[in-house]
Amino acid sequence: MKFLCLECDKAMDFAERQLPGDGTLVAVFKCPGCAREMAMLTNPMETQLVSSLGVKIGGREVPAQPMELVRGSLEGGREDVFQEPDHPLSEDVPVAGTTSPAGAGPVVWTPEAVDRLSRVPKFVRGMVKRIYGEWAREHGVGEMTPELMDRARTELGMEGM
Amino acid sequence: MRKVRTYNEVQHSTGSQLLEQVLELQDRLAARLSSIGTVVAIASGKGGVGKSAVTANLAAALAMRGRSVGAVDADLNGPSLGRMLGVSGMSLSDGPDGVGPPQGVQGVRVMSMELLQEAEDAPLGWRAPDFGKFTWRSTLETGVLREFLADVVWGELDFLLIDVPPGTDKIERLLELIPDLDQALLVTTPSEATRFVVSKSLRLVQEAGVGVVGLVANMTEHECPQCGHRSSLFESGGAERLAAESGVPLWASIPFDPRLGASTDLGEPLVIKEPEAPASRAILALADRVDAAAKAGADTE
Ligand SMILES: Nc1ncnc2c1ncn2[C@@H]1O[C@H](COP(=O)(O)OP(=O)(O)O)[C@@H](O)[C@H]1O
Ligand SMILES: [Mg+2]
Ligand SMILES: [Zn+2]
Repeated sequence: MKFLCLECDKAMDFAERQLPGDGTLVAVFKCPGCAREMAMLTNPMETQLVSSLGVKIGGREVPAQPMELVRGSLEGGREDVFQEPDHPLSEDVPVAGTTSPAGAGPVVWTPEAVDRLSRVPKFVRGMVKRIYGEWAREHGVGEMTPELMDRARTELGMEGM
Repeated sequence: MRKVRTYNEVQHSTGSQLLEQVLELQDRLAARLSSIGTVVAIASGKGGVGKSAVTANLAAALAMRGRSVGAVDADLNGPSLGRMLGVSGMSLSDGPDGVGPPQGVQGVRVMSMELLQEAEDAPLGWRAPDFGKFTWRSTLETGVLREFLADVVWGELDFLLIDVPPGTDKIERLLELIPDLDQALLVTTPSEATRFVVSKSLRLVQEAGVGVVGLVANMTEHECPQCGHRSSLFESGGAERLAAESGVPLWASIPFDPRLGASTDLGEPLVIKEPEAPASRAILALADRVDAAAKAGADTE
């Protein structure tokens, strides 16, 4: 899919993706010549068709997690099917101030963020935590808070996870 | 009409990177399969002919011969391989580099939709708009099968067996995911209706250039456990005729044996429980053929 600015005869660049939460999608494209912007709006069926391919319009910020498609799409997933290999999730989520400084070691989760994560269905929790972790590393975030979780969620298009 | 440049005339890409991402996912699958010696699809086109029972017993038989074996239940809507290989209710280990599969009978590593679903008897449901289901459902299910193959930490395997669901379109989709499939076993029964569908499936795998294709005739005859008398369930000879017409060898004739159904369905493949039963012997001989063809394939590579 390409968008051509007829005025400049130039292909537009992808600029931004938004998921309003109603199953639809907004993708903004910008002309590198005249800077005119346009938004592509897709209905839930079209949005689903693209996500069924396991791809994201505009590319991925963090690589696809193992079985991301089935975990994100299955209705009635078994609660306790995924076990973290070595350490259970509860021990693996450090609380603020207990680990290495920001940027260096693993991402530190505030108690509020831990609480928020604990409300994510177990079927996807481990995966969601890893996705947030990778997003945080990429953005140089050392401490994960509910506010940052919201930002990551929107940026990554993880609505409904 | 004014001339607007077409997709192929515009060199610059829009940066939505859809194609790049699709190719990336394909590379992941290829990388995962590269540590597997031989990938074998067990298909038919028809349902209820014993694909899953053959897959489970063949997996166990190859493992009994000392091979390392994985099994993928590609039948997302009617999974049965998990139960047959004894992994029901087991968990998967969740690592950053993939999902660790549970090990069933004889150490066979198994991936099945059954493991992921909370309710055993729930129909497969997707969290997606109902409207326009026909447009995305098969794409999504192919994507999920790709994940079952690519996102499971199979490790080094001699064999990965794939239990392909009924429907010739499912065979086509598998071939799109794995164009260089090593072997295809087509399961047929002596009924005329099955023979017709299987001959279509045969053509599909032959046209796709699958190197090794074998026919497996299942439920061919019934041997009375009391007196040993054998009788055909249907007009016999269908599989032989199919083999003769297509030039594909008949690799096994598995008799109908209620013990095979009963024990396999309960998670104990008959080849383990009663290796001397005629049905077990037929499947063990099939395992030897599959193994020999794999060796021959490896030698010519
Ligand atoms: N040779 C056989 N003798 C007796 N029962 C069999 C035989 N092969 C398969 N079955 C049983 O028939 C039923 C259907 O087989 P299944 O493997 O589930 O078919 P498919 O996977 O092709 O739909 C199962 O209960 C299975 O155990
Ligand atoms: Mg089956
Ligand atoms: Zn422009």
